[in-house]
Amino acid sequence: MEALTASQRETVRRILTRMRDRPGPLLEILHGIQDHLGFVPGAAVPLIAAELNLSRAEVHGVVTFYHHFRHTPPGRHIVQICRAESCQSMGAEGLAEHAMRRLGVEFQETTADGAFSLHPVYCLGNCACSPAVMIDGELYGRVTPARLDELLAQREPSK
Amino acid sequence: MTTVYVPRDAGALSLGAEAVARAIARGADSRSQALRMVRNGSRGLYFLEPLVEVDSPGGREAYGPVSAADVPGLLDAGLLEDRPAGTGGPAAKHPLALGRTEDLPYLKSQQRLTFARVGITDPTSVEDYVAHGGYRGLERALSLDPAAIVQAVTDSGLRGRGGAAFPTGIKWKTVHDQAADRKYVTCNADEGDSGTFSDRMLMEGDPLVLIEGMTIAAVAVGATQGYIYLRAEYPHAHRTLIEAITAAYGAGYLGSSVRGSGKRFDLEVRLGAGAYICGEETSMLESLEGRRGEVRVRPPLPAVKGLFGRPTIVNNVVSLSTVPVILERGAEFYRDFGMGKSRGTLPIQLGGNLRRGGLVERAFGLTLTELLYDYGGGSASGRPLRAVQVGGPLGAYIPASQFDTPVDYEALSGIGALLGHGGIVAFDDTVDMARMARYAMEFCAIESCGKCTPCRIGSTRGVEIVDRILKGIEPGANIALLEELCETMVQGSLCGLGGMAPFPVQSALKHFPEDFRRARQ
Ligand SMILES: Cc1cc2nc3c(=O)[nH]c(=O)nc-3n(C[C@H](O)[C@H](O)[C@H](O)COP(=O)(O)O)c2cc1C
Ligand code: SF4
Ligand code: FES
Repeated sequence: MEALTASQRETVRRILTRMRDRPGPLLEILHGIQDHLGFVPGAAVPLIAAELNLSRAEVHGVVTFYHHFRHTPPGRHIVQICRAESCQSMGAEGLAEHAMRRLGVEFQETTADGAFSLHPVYCLGNCACSPAVMIDGELYGRVTPARLDELLAQREPSK
Repeated sequence: MTTVYVPRDAGALSLGAEAVARAIARGADSRSQALRMVRNGSRGLYFLEPLVEVDSPGGREAYGPVSAADVPGLLDAGLLEDRPAGTGGPAAKHPLALGRTEDLPYLKSQQRLTFARVGITDPTSVEDYVAHGGYRGLERALSLDPAAIVQAVTDSGLRGRGGAAFPTGIKWKTVHDQAADRKYVTCNADEGDSGTFSDRMLMEGDPLVLIEGMTIAAVAVGATQGYIYLRAEYPHAHRTLIEAITAAYGAGYLGSSVRGSGKRFDLEVRLGAGAYICGEETSMLESLEGRRGEVRVRPPLPAVKGLFGRPTIVNNVVSLSTVPVILERGAEFYRDFGMGKSRGTLPIQLGGNLRRGGLVERAFGLTLTELLYDYGGGSASGRPLRAVQVGGPLGAYIPASQFDTPVDYEALSGIGALLGHGGIVAFDDTVDMARMARYAMEFCAIESCGKCTPCRIGSTRGVEIVDRILKGIEPGANIALLEELCETMVQGSLCGLGGMAPFPVQSALKHFPEDFRRARQ
């Protein structure tokens, strides 16, 4: 497990101090850490456990239970493609295959140049405009493979 | 000065509403035309989004679907010019002009009670909310005895819209009757069911109605703290809710003395973290407490021993947002909508392969055919519709031969289906039902909380069995095995995920056996 950098450690400490006294704070803390660092580093677990009086195993158990929390640094952009039924009915499978081909990665992977992480998502609440995609928290509807290419190119013009 | 409405709803934004808003602001500026822009919710007519509206003496005019590139033309046609009373605006002849919004057939025929303000008001303005009838339900509630509030909700016939359809008033009564040092009102805004988006639309389009509903619940049962458990996939709703909560505090509708009543109610949003099971109410409570979202064994009920061990209301966004109109207009008014044991209105969400996807709020009782064709306009692809899935990923598939079924709790359960959160996903005749069955099992395997073996292991076995069927390996024996596995999961699972994930599989086997008898490459 990689040690935290000084600035990562400082960030984790700051979040812990701010949130530890809230009721049921662990998820809030993990969100805070991921929002700032992009992922929840394994080396943050002992710090959190000590602060909240939990065992490391308990904290680890929570981090790994939730799909949202990442264990490694993500790419510069996070691309989520909806795989759920409504989007499937409008070609989401083909769109996902296109994305994997174009980026040269599978779901849950990051491109070698660190530009894009590709993730599946199970409904974005945009089922009236399927297929749906979310990139860095921006939602897109009726996304064709060509439109996806455009959206990716807007973010990394060199690719 | 003309008022223009451009939605901030995530679905509208997903189709370019932000660029449209910017183009209108820029265009007006360069023409030195004054305008007031309201970023409203969506009317729910997603086939017309981005839907731009303009105030006019005769009622709002609608234009759509508008792209940023259309904006200069619309401005040239006079979109922002003053409208003489009684006439359509000067842009009324533009090809994107749709006439008065209220007259759009898709909207005109609806009965919007819960969604009364969605798409109409500025979502985070308390002033606008009150001007459109908001907070009258709370005013009424504050004048009543708490038990009378609970009674009104019971009498309205409202059943939980999150999926389990449990009578809301009865749940509230249990919490009301508990003696405790603290009680909670929690809103289940996990909206994990695919094909559903009514919670999202409400939270983005009229978050104050949810806040009002939760406040009424708190007053009714004596709770002082509320939490909205929101799925992490909804960042737009997150921002809107926080803005609206801040505004409600600012106007004295939340805090230490709600409207000077001396009753405290504090409200906070908590984010989920991408786990479908956290929509199950006890798993949601575990998650709110900061733990793994593992389902709790009942009893005790959350209403008796819920969040942090205290009596807790858990209700869906739509259920809570329906409470204000019940208090405002009375239980009878609400109960008079609907049929049989399905009282009131239901916000139905039309998604998937339809020409006109969107939100339809009507009294219970419309048939699938009416919804899919009269509203939905048939398939988007132009091919025949073959199946719909109602009620999310755990809902049954219904074949076209049963499209005459009314969409209410009893009629759907009569054909072995369920209403769930009211989402309808349509598929055309290119759908491969064996693959959909495989997906149902795969989804269960991904999302299982891991507590029971039939759900955790069974779902993975289910995927393997369907894979063999897809390859044409001993289809007869494998179909029998799959049926048996479904039965084991239904019988041996603690909660609805493992217990209902077999429903889409069983219904696919029953209604579309031909798809399981054909080997794929
Ligand atoms: C697997 C599973 C997932 C669920 N997901 C949700 C959900 O996302 N939103 C929701 O409101 N209810 C969901 N429910 C239903 C809740 O357990 C609970 O019945 C509901 O929140 C109660 O609120 P209501 O009575 O207002 O419907 C789910 C149930 C199960 C078994
Ligand atoms: S059925 Fe599945 S999700 Fe539900 S409690 Fe059991 S293992 Fe958890
Ligand atoms: S199923 Fe893809 S957005 Fe809902």
